[in-house]
Order: sequence, then C-alpha cells, then structure tokens
Amino acid sequence: MSETRLLALVLVFAPLSLLSFGGGQAIVADMQHQVVDVRHWLTGPQFADLFALSRAAPGPSTLIAALIGWQMAGFFGAVVATLAIYIPSSFVVYGAVRWWHAAAASPWRGAFERGLTPVAVGLVFAGAYAVLQAAHVNALQIVTTIVVAGLLIYGRVGIYLIMAVTALAYGLLQFL
Amino acid sequence: MLHLGPTSPGPSSMNSDPLAKPPHVPLLELMGVFFRVGVTSFGGSTAAWLYRELVERRGWMDEEHFLTALTLAQVLPGANPVNLSIYVGSQLRGGIGGAAAALGMIGPPFCIILALGFLYREFGSSAIVHAVLGGLAAVGVGMTLSIGFKLAKKVRKPVPILIAVTLFVTVGLLHWPMIPMVLALTPLSIGLERFAGRDAAP
Repeated sequence: MSETRLLALVLVFAPLSLLSFGGGQAIVADMQHQVVDVRHWLTGPQFADLFALSRAAPGPSTLIAALIGWQMAGFFGAVVATLAIYIPSSFVVYGAVRWWHAAAASPWRGAFERGLTPVAVGLVFAGAYAVLQAAHVNALQIVTTIVVAGLLIYGRVGIYLIMAVTALAYGLLQFL
Repeated sequence: MLHLGPTSPGPSSMNSDPLAKPPHVPLLELMGVFFRVGVTSFGGSTAAWLYRELVERRGWMDEEHFLTALTLAQVLPGANPVNLSIYVGSQLRGGIGGAAAALGMIGPPFCIILALGFLYREFGSSAIVHAVLGGLAAVGVGMTLSIGFKLAKKVRKPVPILIAVTLFVTVGLLHWPMIPMVLALTPLSIGLERFAGRDAAP
C-alpha cells in the first residue's frame, strides 16, 4: 500500500523537477493541480497551508515536496519526494554546467538564457494564481499579498520581519 | 573557465599559482561549507552567503565565475541554492563534489521543514494555526509575485511577452497540463532568441 504511494510521489514530483525553471515558483500551479484536483491527496486549504510552511522555513520552496511526502507516507515519503524533486533537475544542471564550459563561444548560450526567461515568468505568475485559488482567499489576504509584493519590489524590508508581523497580526485577529 | 586574477582575494598560496586551476578542496570541507550556509541562510539570501564564503573568504572562485554560476542556477530547472551548490561542487571536485555540496545544502532545511510538518500534523486543525498560515501563504504569494515582476522586467519584446502570457493563461487560469505547454513553448522561445533575436539586438 505504502509502496504504491511512494511510487506515486515519484511519478508526480520527478517530471515537475525537470520543469522547475527559475525554481519552485514555476511548478506550484501544476503541483497544486495534481495533488489537489487530480489525485485528491490534499484539500485546497491544506495545500495552501503546506505552501505557507515551505515559504516560512529556511531552504528552497521546492521543499514543499518533502511536506507533501510526509503527509502522504511519513518519513520515507518525505525522503522519496525530496529525492524525486531534486535528482532529475540536478542531473540536468550537472550536464548543462559541463556543456556551458565546453561551448563558451556558442551563440546558443545567450539564446538559452534569454529564451528561458519568458517561460519562467509565465509559470511564476501561474503559480501565484494557483495558490490564491487553492487557499480560498479572503479580501484581507489579497490586500496582504499586494502590499508584500509592493514592499519587496520597491522597499527594503526584510522578508522575515514581514512574516513575523503578518503571523502576529493574523493570530491576534482570531481573538477579536 | 576559471580565472584567478591577481585581484582575486583568498589564501596567499593561491595567488602564487598562475594556472587557472581550481584549488584542491577536501570533500568534507566542501560539504561543511554548504552545510553551514544551509543552516544559516534564509530565503533569498543563500547566494549572498555563498558569495561571502566562496569568493571573499576562501577564494575558491572569482567574482565573474560566481556570477556565471548564479545565472545558470537561476535559468535551469531546480532550486537556485541546490543548483548553485551542484555547479560549485562539480567545478571543484567533479560529480561527487556536486553531490556532496547539494547534500550539505539541502540537509539542514530538510530537517527543519520535517519538524514544521510534524507540528502541522499535531496542531494543524487549530483555528489560530490555520489563520497564521493563511497570512503566511499570502506573504508567500507576495514573494512569488515580486520574483515574477523582477524577472518580467527582462522580457520586453512582443513575442516573448506573448509566450509568458500564454503560459500564465493556459497553465494558471485554464489548468491546462503544464508539461506539453512547456515542451512546446520552450524550444520556440529559445529558437526565437537564437535566430530572430539578433536582428533586434542593439
């Protein structure tokens, strides 16, 4: 029973690993779709909770895979999901680094760099939308999202200060 | 290529070596550096911490080489800190070095996030935990948007903009499967930059 679950984790995360251009933000939309809509491993709000945990914790946001694996199949689920999300992309990086140095003068180098950017941009915005949709957000959360994005783009406020203030404010609101 | 220019900071023994050859770094020391950065760096600060350790303190790479590594780590699939550690590790000690660096980098956050996952399992049903996580999810989406806007500034020509918008609408709004969309649009985007981008280049 748990073996089929581990296999399913690999089948979901390993292909996503190869598509995570620009990092974990790019695959959040598809991860949410597969985990919530297709396989019904988690509800939308549960997925949004794990997304929040993965952003609040140190380390790459792709570690959300470890949390989903942990929810699905305990410690081994977390290990298997983490390996599935990192090993395929790591082999691509290793190969690309070798090619990159061999092809120092190739015009393809710049084309790869510039050509992957619009793909990453489209996927990053799709990921932001997917989380908002999964979380069944209220007006306060939408305002929070816009203010935080503005602060990070135009301001010089540290992300951990923003997180601490937000967590405190949302916690205190529960007592009103 | 790895250049160790005369201005390159680092141990004096390296400045006396004129050959552009990476220094010999023991695997455990390599893993230890990435382990320490993995423990201490939060959020987007990983690159800054690695710069300090690798370029300024140890002189394992020069600045230009580090920036190349950073760019590659960002455009390739995978998490930036992990990709950066594979790049640096494999430059210094080959494939096994890449694996050691990546393991050092991902180990500490993996343990921390499991501890958080355990707490979530125990207390995730409480209303206050759910409210706080709701706020943090909103912050997380704000972070994602800010990264998206920073990247989007680099996309200025009509067809690349159309590619980005197409991916957002199909994958994000319409829930089309992502893999075929990315497989179709990525070669188009790269080919365009390779063959059509030259005319528009300044």
